[in-house]
Amino acid sequence: MAEQYVGPPYRYQKRSTMALDKPYLDVPGTTVFDTDQAAKGYHLNQFAMSLMRAENRERFKADPDACLDECPMTGEQKQAVRDRDFNRMIELGGNIYFLAKIGATDGLDYVQIVSSMTENDADAHTEMMLNGGRSPDGNRYLHEWQHERERD
Amino acid sequence: MARITASVYTSHVPAIGVAMDLGRTETPYYAPLFAGYRPAREWMADNTPDVVVLVFNDHANAFSLEMVPTFALGMSARYEPADEGWGARPVPPVVGHPALSAHIAHSVIREDFDLTLVNDMPVDHGCTVPLSIMFGQPDAWPCRVVPLVVNVVQYPVPSGRRCLELGKAIRRAVERFDEDLDVQVWGTGGMSHQLQGPRAGLINQEWDNEFLDRMINDPEGQAAVEHVEYVREAGSEGIELVMWLVARGAMADLAGGGAPTEVHRFYHVPASNTAAGQLILEDAPD
Ligand SMILES: [Fe+2]
Repeated sequence: MAEQYVGPPYRYQKRSTMALDKPYLDVPGTTVFDTDQAAKGYHLNQFAMSLMRAENRERFKADPDACLDECPMTGEQKQAVRDRDFNRMIELGGNIYFLAKIGATDGLDYVQIVSSMTENDADAHTEMMLNGGRSPDGNRYLHEWQHERERD
Repeated sequence: MARITASVYTSHVPAIGVAMDLGRTETPYYAPLFAGYRPAREWMADNTPDVVVLVFNDHANAFSLEMVPTFALGMSARYEPADEGWGARPVPPVVGHPALSAHIAHSVIREDFDLTLVNDMPVDHGCTVPLSIMFGQPDAWPCRVVPLVVNVVQYPVPSGRRCLELGKAIRRAVERFDEDLDVQVWGTGGMSHQLQGPRAGLINQEWDNEFLDRMINDPEGQAAVEHVEYVREAGSEGIELVMWLVARGAMADLAGGGAPTEVHRFYHVPASNTAAGQLILEDAPD
């Protein structure tokens, strides 16, 4: 039994749950956006969603701190947004389809946003995709990446 | 009476829509992709339906985290293209068919599929990009659309089995609709792709091509495949492919009829971060 962060409207309430079966936790370099992540990232994602409106994009560009301060997300989440650290935003409960609107506000496309989470810059990522993308071989299970790290 | 005439399967990558909107379809990057789409467009010009039941997922545009419906059916006469953060696509509004929507809702909910009914929503690239791919750039879309929006973004997402069974129920509903209409069901999304984390950019051509084979020959077998296999083999966003099973479920062979005819199959890497696939199956004649 683990204590869990619970999403709105019960944000500050702790609750206990039985562990759910999450076989997808065994996939390396991947965070599946499930109800637990959604609870953690509720305000971060809702903030990103507000950027669907052109006037909110303009306001965020003009005064990012004022926009972030109005939003009840955590300090860590705000810092991740300021840093445009998409991996960190995802770790803190963000989902790419919401977060893409932060990238869109910066004038980035999906290749630029997505490649920022990898070892490649946008040009190298595009090149990799033109060569058939990242192979699934060696990228299916967590232990395959752990071996990689031990060898380094 | 209304009838199902064909099912169409296609990726709905936003960059494909952007390439069309900005006139970049003949660039070296995009020319092979659009050349591959040409036979599908030619077939569609001769086989334009009255209505498309268009199965796609919303990408945080119609629905925020306030509400995450598993299956949501559009009930409207009109759906506007969403501003997804880059401004709305310059494409026509999507014209609905409220009477067919209502009929499908009555029919499938009474068969135990608990749909969410949506009277007002914008539609994002999941809906508009397939229309662009199949119809090009007309001033108005040449058919009506009943949008069926599937949650594949926040887990738990529906199983492949549930998607296939819903497609079968949609076929039964359409066949009982008392208006002379040709109806196609389109399953969209995929194929392999991952848009997040250090593993982003994953493409699995072998798995995708086996998926295409099984969509034709073994949809019941594909419906038994667990979500985690899609994530591991086809990338975290590859899970969109379960939506193709809704369209496949609407074919006659799964209701005791003949096998569908494959009229078009195409696969191309890359489109932006994604493997693009396309398939057209004509329904068996009665
Ligand atoms: Fe999608």
